Amino acid sequence: MDTTWYLVLSALLFAVGAGGVLVRRSPLVILLCLELMLNAGNLALVAFSRSTGTEDGQVFALVVMVVAACEVVVGLGLIVAMFRRRVPLDVDQIRGLRG
Amino acid sequence: MEAVAFFAGALGALGGAVAVISLRNPFYSVLALIVHLISLAGLFLILHAEFIAAAQIVVYAGAVMVLYLFVTAYVGQAEEPIWEPIPGQRLLAPLLAAALFIEISVAVIGTGLKAIDSQGPTIEAGFGSPGSIGELLLERFLVVFEAASMLLLIAAVGAIVLAGQKRKGKPDDSGTPASEAEEVAA
Amino acid sequence: MEATTWGWLVLGLPLLGSMIIACGWRALPGKSAGWIGVGAIGLAFVCSLGALLALLDQPAEGRQLTDSLWDYASAAGLEIELQILVDPLSVFMCLVVTGVSTLIHLYSLAYMESDAGYRRFFSYLNFFVFSMLLLILAGNFVILIVGWAFVGFASYALISFWYRRRSATGAGIKAFVINVVGDVGLVLAAFLVVRELGTLDFLESFEAARESFTTNDGVVIAICCLLLVGAFAKSAQIPFHTWLPDAMEGPTPVSALIHAATMVTAGVYLIARMFPFFELAPTAADISAFIGLATVIVAATIALVVTDLKRIIAYSTMSQIGYMVVGVSIGAYTAGLFHLMTHAFFKALLFMAAGSVIAAMANRQNIDLMGGFRRAMPFTSVTILIGALALAGFPGFSGFFSKDEILVYAAERGGMYWIFAIGGYLAAFLTAFYAFRIGFRVVYGEPVKEARELEHGQLAHGEPENPATGEREDTDVGFPGPEHHIAERAWPMRGAMAVLALLAVVGGLIQIPGVNHVLESFFAGTFEESELFHIVPSAGAAWAGLAAGALMAFAGIALAYLCYLRSPGITARLQQRFSRAHRFLFRKWYFDELQNALVYRPMVALGRFSNAVFERFVVNGIVDGASGVIRGAGSVVRGAQSGFVRAYALLLIGGFAALGLYFLVVAS
Repeated sequence: MDTTWYLVLSALLFAVGAGGVLVRRSPLVILLCLELMLNAGNLALVAFSRSTGTEDGQVFALVVMVVAACEVVVGLGLIVAMFRRRVPLDVDQIRGLRG
Repeated sequence: MEAVAFFAGALGALGGAVAVISLRNPFYSVLALIVHLISLAGLFLILHAEFIAAAQIVVYAGAVMVLYLFVTAYVGQAEEPIWEPIPGQRLLAPLLAAALFIEISVAVIGTGLKAIDSQGPTIEAGFGSPGSIGELLLERFLVVFEAASMLLLIAAVGAIVLAGQKRKGKPDDSGTPASEAEEVAA
Repeated sequence: MEATTWGWLVLGLPLLGSMIIACGWRALPGKSAGWIGVGAIGLAFVCSLGALLALLDQPAEGRQLTDSLWDYASAAGLEIELQILVDPLSVFMCLVVTGVSTLIHLYSLAYMESDAGYRRFFSYLNFFVFSMLLLILAGNFVILIVGWAFVGFASYALISFWYRRRSATGAGIKAFVINVVGDVGLVLAAFLVVRELGTLDFLESFEAARESFTTNDGVVIAICCLLLVGAFAKSAQIPFHTWLPDAMEGPTPVSALIHAATMVTAGVYLIARMFPFFELAPTAADISAFIGLATVIVAATIALVVTDLKRIIAYSTMSQIGYMVVGVSIGAYTAGLFHLMTHAFFKALLFMAAGSVIAAMANRQNIDLMGGFRRAMPFTSVTILIGALALAGFPGFSGFFSKDEILVYAAERGGMYWIFAIGGYLAAFLTAFYAFRIGFRVVYGEPVKEARELEHGQLAHGEPENPATGEREDTDVGFPGPEHHIAERAWPMRGAMAVLALLAVVGGLIQIPGVNHVLESFFAGTFEESELFHIVPSAGAAWAGLAAGALMAFAGIALAYLCYLRSPGITARLQQRFSRAHRFLFRKWYFDELQNALVYRPMVALGRFSNAVFERFVVNGIVDGASGVIRGAGSVVRGAQSGFVRAYALLLIGGFAALGLYFLVVAS
């Protein structure tokens, strides 16, 4: 398959992930959609790595995975902290940035 | 043969993604994401990125997703309310996502980059193997490697701080949720 | 030393005196502020003498010297310097101003002694002299305008000196507003000069005017008329004269200095200085002369009937300035300026004497209440008579030579200018009459109660009250002091008055027709290039004119003798017979009412309209509207700060999509 196919698939997955971030209200699910977007990026990276014939893209994808893992850790920590303090798990209730 | 594999993987990935964003129960969403990740791993294999595929399954689908499952089980379900407080969000979100997809596709398909139109150059054996990745990590991308390690360390410490119990005996359920929200947001 | 250096000293000394008194007034003990003031002006007079001598050292053609301290402004093609012009005209004016000012400062040492604002008075007075000198010595229009404005301010400060009196502050504001109208005229004239001639320097603009303008060119007439607006406002000519009688609210030394000798002569100086412009615009010069003549006659008629002593003398000043204006407008520069000098002497003398008499009357100024002071105040009586004789133009006194020289010149020019001669002689008759109205009324006749008490050594002491309205006052700062000082008991007053009396007697002897012409040859240094300057009446014609003037003086004095001493009831009967005419004159030809209706009321109405309509709707509408628009825009933008994270994410992705679209479009 041509690289173009992979790239279009990656774009589609990214768009789906973006739509999910905008539509869902639970912070947990929003984090999951973020994962979708990150993985779409990974797919594009690996596809490019194949098309150029070097492995730099794959190393990049590995690092992205590391970053995603860290971000998940922090995000889930936030969610747990919110839950502990009886904050409702709904991003629309957290309006501290208002005004 | 390769095309069949590609479409299978693509279907799985797409289905998982759509399931993530549409299932109401967050537990099911996590499970859908696991399916999505495994399909992606398959696609990586087709692209001769064996190590990455393995890392994807072991690390991502294995560790990260299990973490998600733990937290989801701890936090429990919260039914999302139906009513949308932000005007226009329900309409604009799919629209913008679609716009995004179309733009990127147009960019990709209409691009002048010749290399995309083909599969890529012939690969020698050992492309994408752990050995070659490891060589790159320790030779060309050493700084990146070290930085990533540092990042992991910081994330671990951060997680402990964030989710840890309060030290001074202050009960961790104090005040109203709104003020807690201020505290958390601050 | 050079003449211009003397000139700078003349300018600097009064300013220094004023600043020392103003800044160090707490530290100055007793009357030292007064002595500093007197000393500063006295030294300035000495320096004026020095400038005169230095100027006379120069050859006759090179007597117009300029000097500048530094560049004041250099922009838009204009070079404006802090420049003085020392020439016969300005040195003459400096001598007159500093000389008379020194004597008036000396007089004020005693007159203002018990006033709580003693030091403020001398600071203001010194500042006034400085501004007058700045005006006189100015070498370009800018410094002239600066000096002009300073003089207006100093006049305001001094008229409103007793600032807790409502009438005084009102009079000060009136004077200032009319002066500002004149300032506007002067500035506009300067604008026209700079636009047409490209320079603000006096000597350069005179040169350029002679080259660029044809006679009676519209622009020159405009410049001259605007200059006349300025001159007439300062010199209290019709229609800008209404401030001068009200300005008598100021202390008597102020009236003597500003409203007799110096400030009101600034207009005359201006016309004389700008003679190249006026000679290029004979129409404007004629307008000026006619207005001067009108003022002479109107003011003389009013002086016949008003009853406040200082106001009679004020109207007399207005009338005499009218003579000077006529003089310098028709080309009799020497005569007009000669009259300026002699008038300064005898008018200041009259005001000083009036101050003494008013003090004897416990600050009451109504002439109908005065009479018979000749035994109680001999010195004052003699000075009043000397001043009145000089004012009337009695043969031998200074006014005799100076006033009639103007009229002789008018006759010499012939044709239309006979009007000035005839009108001038008529007014001379009236002048003699009212001069001796004062003289006979105050000095002769039955002594009034205050005079009789004073003969026994007791100075009248009344309750402090406003002489015009009669309301009670106290004697603290802002009001006149508790004690009154008459000349007989205060040597500074006697000294000043004696010097002025002497000058009023002999001052005319420097320009006797056919015998000597000191002033004329002196002024040749300034007016050399004027054609009108060189018209000199023959000695015979001059003596004929002087004889006619003497005749008028005798007639006027005789009539006054008749009305006030022989048959004292005549004036009362005449008043009843011609009550309408009397009221018309007494109400000052209704000029105040005219100004009230034409200027004051419309202005007040405009102000009210502006406040109610323009300010409320237009200005507030624009300002509130602008702020309202911004507030509205702000509240719109605030809508975007909802606090919803997903909304922000939407904006983010939306922006990204837009950006992508842009790049796609650009790339295709």
